[in-house]
Amino acid sequence: MPIAPASALSEVTASDQALRRFLHGLPGVDPVGLEARAASLGTRSIKAEAKAYAIDLAISMIDLTTLEGADTPGKVRALAAKAVRPDPTDRTSPATAAVCVYPDMVETAKAALNGADVKVASVATAFPAGRASLEVKLADTRDAVAAGADEIDMVIDRGAFLAGRYLKVYEEILAVKEASGAARLKVIFETGELSTYDNIRRASWLGMLAGADFIKTSTGKVAVNATPANTLLMLEAVRDFRAQTGTQIGVKPAGGIRTSKDAIKFLVLVNETAGADWLDNHWFRFGASSLLNDLLMQRQKLATGRYSGPDYVTVD
Amino acid sequence: MTTETTPAGPFAYAPAPESRAVVDIAPSYGLFIDGEFTESSGQDRAKTLSPATEEVLAEYTQANAEDVDRAVKAARKAFEKWSALPGAERAKYLFRIARIIQERSRELAVLETLDNGKPIRETRDADLPLVAAHFFYYAGWADKLDHAGYGRNPRPLGVAGQVIPWNFPLLMLAWKIAPALATGNTVVLKPAETTPLSALFFADICRQAGLPRGVVNIVTGDGRTGEALVSHPGVDKVAFTGSTAVGKAIARRIAGTDKRVTLELGGKGANIVFDDAPVDQAVEGIVNGIFFNQGQVCCAGSRLLVQESIQDELLDSLKRRLATLRLGDPLDKNTDIGAINSAEQLARITALADTGEAEGAERWSAPCELPSAGYWFAPTLFTGVTQAHTVARDEIFGPVLSVLSFRTPDEAVAKANNSQYGLSAGIWTEKGSRMLAVASKLRAGVVWANTFNKFDPTSPFGGYKESGFGREGGRHGLEAYLAPATPKGER
Repeated sequence: MPIAPASALSEVTASDQALRRFLHGLPGVDPVGLEARAASLGTRSIKAEAKAYAIDLAISMIDLTTLEGADTPGKVRALAAKAVRPDPTDRTSPATAAVCVYPDMVETAKAALNGADVKVASVATAFPAGRASLEVKLADTRDAVAAGADEIDMVIDRGAFLAGRYLKVYEEILAVKEASGAARLKVIFETGELSTYDNIRRASWLGMLAGADFIKTSTGKVAVNATPANTLLMLEAVRDFRAQTGTQIGVKPAGGIRTSKDAIKFLVLVNETAGADWLDNHWFRFGASSLLNDLLMQRQKLATGRYSGPDYVTVD
Repeated sequence: MTTETTPAGPFAYAPAPESRAVVDIAPSYGLFIDGEFTESSGQDRAKTLSPATEEVLAEYTQANAEDVDRAVKAARKAFEKWSALPGAERAKYLFRIARIIQERSRELAVLETLDNGKPIRETRDADLPLVAAHFFYYAGWADKLDHAGYGRNPRPLGVAGQVIPWNFPLLMLAWKIAPALATGNTVVLKPAETTPLSALFFADICRQAGLPRGVVNIVTGDGRTGEALVSHPGVDKVAFTGSTAVGKAIARRIAGTDKRVTLELGGKGANIVFDDAPVDQAVEGIVNGIFFNQGQVCCAGSRLLVQESIQDELLDSLKRRLATLRLGDPLDKNTDIGAINSAEQLARITALADTGEAEGAERWSAPCELPSAGYWFAPTLFTGVTQAHTVARDEIFGPVLSVLSFRTPDEAVAKANNSQYGLSAGIWTEKGSRMLAVASKLRAGVVWANTFNKFDPTSPFGGYKESGFGREGGRHGLEAYLAPATPKGER
């Protein structure tokens, strides 16, 4: 595919009609075929040194997350400590990519990390529903950035998207991107609410056109979150976007990935769809919390040949 | 053998071989006649190889005409009691066979991969589940034949002589034996000369299931054995799956006899991709259509007909995808492309691909390193192909895709139908009305829409034109093994 000059794609966002024509002109998605491909890649058998590589890579890709009403500074400090040193018995374990918290916890997280090479990601824009005015969303974002967030995880306005008001969604992402400043922007679609794969492909392109640094499946707060199929579809989107524009965008599946086996399946999807360029925490993340302990137990098993059990990893 | 040729990158998959220890192959096999393994009256032996390594797996018997006669007589003797059993009783045996196949599926998958060369991923996830499903499905029909649409009390034909190919040895056995037994026939089956082992293991399963002696007989050997079987006067029904040339020879051989016959022969399936196709799934469907089982599939989508307006884009995507196929040790669970079944078949594929090049089509092969031992052919596609090229007309029966283009739906239909064959076709479009309109105009036994190479025991399968006649699978598959119902008053 030839790389198009940036202007060629800027035209598609010139008006609501142009944007709609472009998004609806993207190739359709056959759900049966998409899910079959994701399932087939799920049968890859990852053993020995390949497994060790994948486990460490997965740990390094985790946005270790706590997004509860009950979050306290103590809970966030514990999470930050775990992100820096996931396995207190084994210093060779990589750190996670980031901790992910609500905006009012960013300062606590930043201080707890104390300069370690772990980013602070903050959800913003009236997460998780996104039902607030743009002003509120931007204030939420600026708040998080001012407190030191390195990354902003925003939610799109699913209501506007489902009503076909694509330009509104686009402009909101643009505004949040601007308010994020130097922080990298992850755009959450809440794929479970978009419901169809065609919608997920359109949302992916919409987000990328608006300047997302990452496209992210879900908030973790609804019934259906990251699945192999919706992540595969988003990996196809970033692959095609780079082929067309030269710009590489990251992908973050979030919610529902709990076991090492699942995480490795997602890494296989990355490897065989977007390609090895995405096998790095700058370009691929897992939004997860309980996943980390399972990865650590598998890591200990590979190192010692024995399963240790849940008392040998730390509770959050 | 650990050759894996996928782009290594940082995430190189370690070898993940399925264990060979689950299958116990004897050094030598006899024939399965009248419920037991027996020796041939002659001395003729042959060897079967693992096509991935050229290692000899076992010796087997080249059955002669005398052996075939013994097998047909055993089947005839068994027919009387077997056909008189109530359908529900026959069903019990078939259900039992299906369950044993499920229980032994790992062993059979490894065996099939060793003898055939196809990847364990396919034998484990496609062949074996379908084999068991086929027996389960026809077991269900055995006591419901009155309601199959062939009148009250339809009768079996007698002894079925069945000859099957090497591309899906156990699955083709299931397609032949399950409907024959469900309808009350007895069988003599000859597996292909390069893949006799799974049929011999199936013989053991028949014993394990307590199937009455002589209901299933397995005779191994080459074309001479097959000829003796189809020519035998005691055979009432001939069922053959294989090449069109041999199918024609069989039709000539039995012309003038009262034998019933079904033939499932070659194909040159057209996979039609319209400009509004779901592109990523179409690419998967093209790959599955022609590289499943190394393209050694009679219904393979070996002709890609792509709308000219998206041709370049689609070919880029397809080549990128082909570069990720993992070719190598068929027992490795991550292998996508296994070995070609025999030196003979490899020579045929090689010659036809060379012809394609000589006739001016542009050849492209996925970048991959072929193992030094065994029979291998890299996934290959030809562009710049027209209807006049040999690679667009002849069945290659290998991992070679010919890419042609079209401009309008009518042109797509005309080109797809412009073939001596008519076994399968595929349509890729997001527009339902176009899908239905095109499907109704295609002269092909199976038309897949937004998928390819999907099989199910409930679905009839068979061809138009030189792809053969008769249907296997589904309710239609019963017809091939049933005589018309006895008219009222004669019962």
